[in-house]
Amino acid sequence: MSVARFWRQQVQRYNLVGNHCRNCDEYYYPPRTTCPFCRRNGEMEEYKFSGKGELVTYTIIHSAVEGFEHQTPYVLGIVKLEEGPRLTSQIIAQPEDVNIGMKVRPVFRKLGESGDKGMLHYGTKFTPA
Amino acid sequence: MSVGIVSYGTYIPKFRIKVEDIAKVWGDNADILSAGLMVNEKSVPDLDEDTVTIAVEAARAAICRSSLDPSRIEAIYTGSESHPYAVKPTSTIVAEAVEATPEMTAADFEFACKAGSAGMQACMGLVQSDMADLGLAIGSDVSQGAPGDALEYTAAAGGAAYIIGNKEEEMVAIIEDTYSFTTDTPDFWRREGMPYPEHGGRFTGEPGYFKHVLGAAKGLMNKLGTSAEDYDYAIFHQPNGKFPSRVAKMLGFSKEKIAPGLVVTRLGNTYSGSCLMGIAATLDQAKPGDRIFATAFGSGAGADAFSFRVTDKIDKIRDKAPRVEELLANPVYMDYAMYAKHKGKIRRA
Repeated sequence: MSVARFWRQQVQRYNLVGNHCRNCDEYYYPPRTTCPFCRRNGEMEEYKFSGKGELVTYTIIHSAVEGFEHQTPYVLGIVKLEEGPRLTSQIIAQPEDVNIGMKVRPVFRKLGESGDKGMLHYGTKFTPA
Repeated sequence: MSVGIVSYGTYIPKFRIKVEDIAKVWGDNADILSAGLMVNEKSVPDLDEDTVTIAVEAARAAICRSSLDPSRIEAIYTGSESHPYAVKPTSTIVAEAVEATPEMTAADFEFACKAGSAGMQACMGLVQSDMADLGLAIGSDVSQGAPGDALEYTAAAGGAAYIIGNKEEEMVAIIEDTYSFTTDTPDFWRREGMPYPEHGGRFTGEPGYFKHVLGAAKGLMNKLGTSAEDYDYAIFHQPNGKFPSRVAKMLGFSKEKIAPGLVVTRLGNTYSGSCLMGIAATLDQAKPGDRIFATAFGSGAGADAFSFRVTDKIDKIRDKAPRVEELLANPVYMDYAMYAKHKGKIRRA
């Protein structure tokens, strides 16, 4: 990931900052520039999610992409935040301790790194609440 | 103007390795080592945890405990000997993650195990001179011990964060005074680019730890006109359990007074977080009016002594973030092979 691309997204990754449409009361993560339902009538405002949510589904990764080989087996899941948005995240737990519907909370972790010399990427993952 | 601790927070990774599992690999006698060091097990970071993530979690716990507005924090200093970047501050990542940016100052400190307490002193100066509303000082480390070296039995992971302010009504503990004792003593070091530190063996004890801890502790008590009897609790830097126990005895503190803060037996040495973790564990159970004496030590070498007086506010905010005992509870144990993987001592080809 390029330095500029990560930097633009770091606030949303660190603190789950998305947005909310005051017109239709929908919440978005990651943030959108316009409300896909209200379009020009949308009234978007920045919104920080609490990070409380539940695990909708998950898979256990045994064959990882480059940079994550040392973490296998690890859990990748879809988390539904209390306000509604769903996002994909690593779940910090032993695979045998994970189940669909379990409550989760956010934790600050290293997301990855750009090789041995590049920047380190930090952000939010989830763990059982 | 008064200065004191407005809030505090800690973080300890959930993984542990027992001294006996390390000793088994190197053919050492675990019973002799555990008894000599007074350490039974140590914390190990997860694969995606480092000094930054630990500092952020500790800082967030401190902010959560006091429910304060993070934009009031106008200075952040993170002390560590394991900052993940050689050039690029840990403290700016922490500042962004706790939403204290952008009207603030930040820097990283390094002074072996006392970089966190040095950060506290810097924050004290800023808030006491009214240059900052609140300061955040953090000690966080994921320290390394070379395979088979004596340090490998104790080098652990963890961190503690302290929010320092100048409004007495906000303080959980007033800092009555601080005093430092510093010399150029090469008892422990890590050269640029080297993965593991070197140390002077027994040299780390007398001219290192004891000379400096005693120098700072006696200096502060002389300055304040106090003695061990005036304090309800004491914390000394804990590279192992033996050193702080011996120095406490030399200064006249009973075993009971150091027991709440002596977490090294179950945690190991969290370096920059070590003394600060002990202070937090003591604040977790101190009563309003209690006086606490603490001395952090960093090889190289120096010691920072502090005298605290606990206020009524401690009871109002203490349970709003996890106590040290809660973070020490229910550890997940790992064997040496998993520990070596977590610490990057072995890598997949």
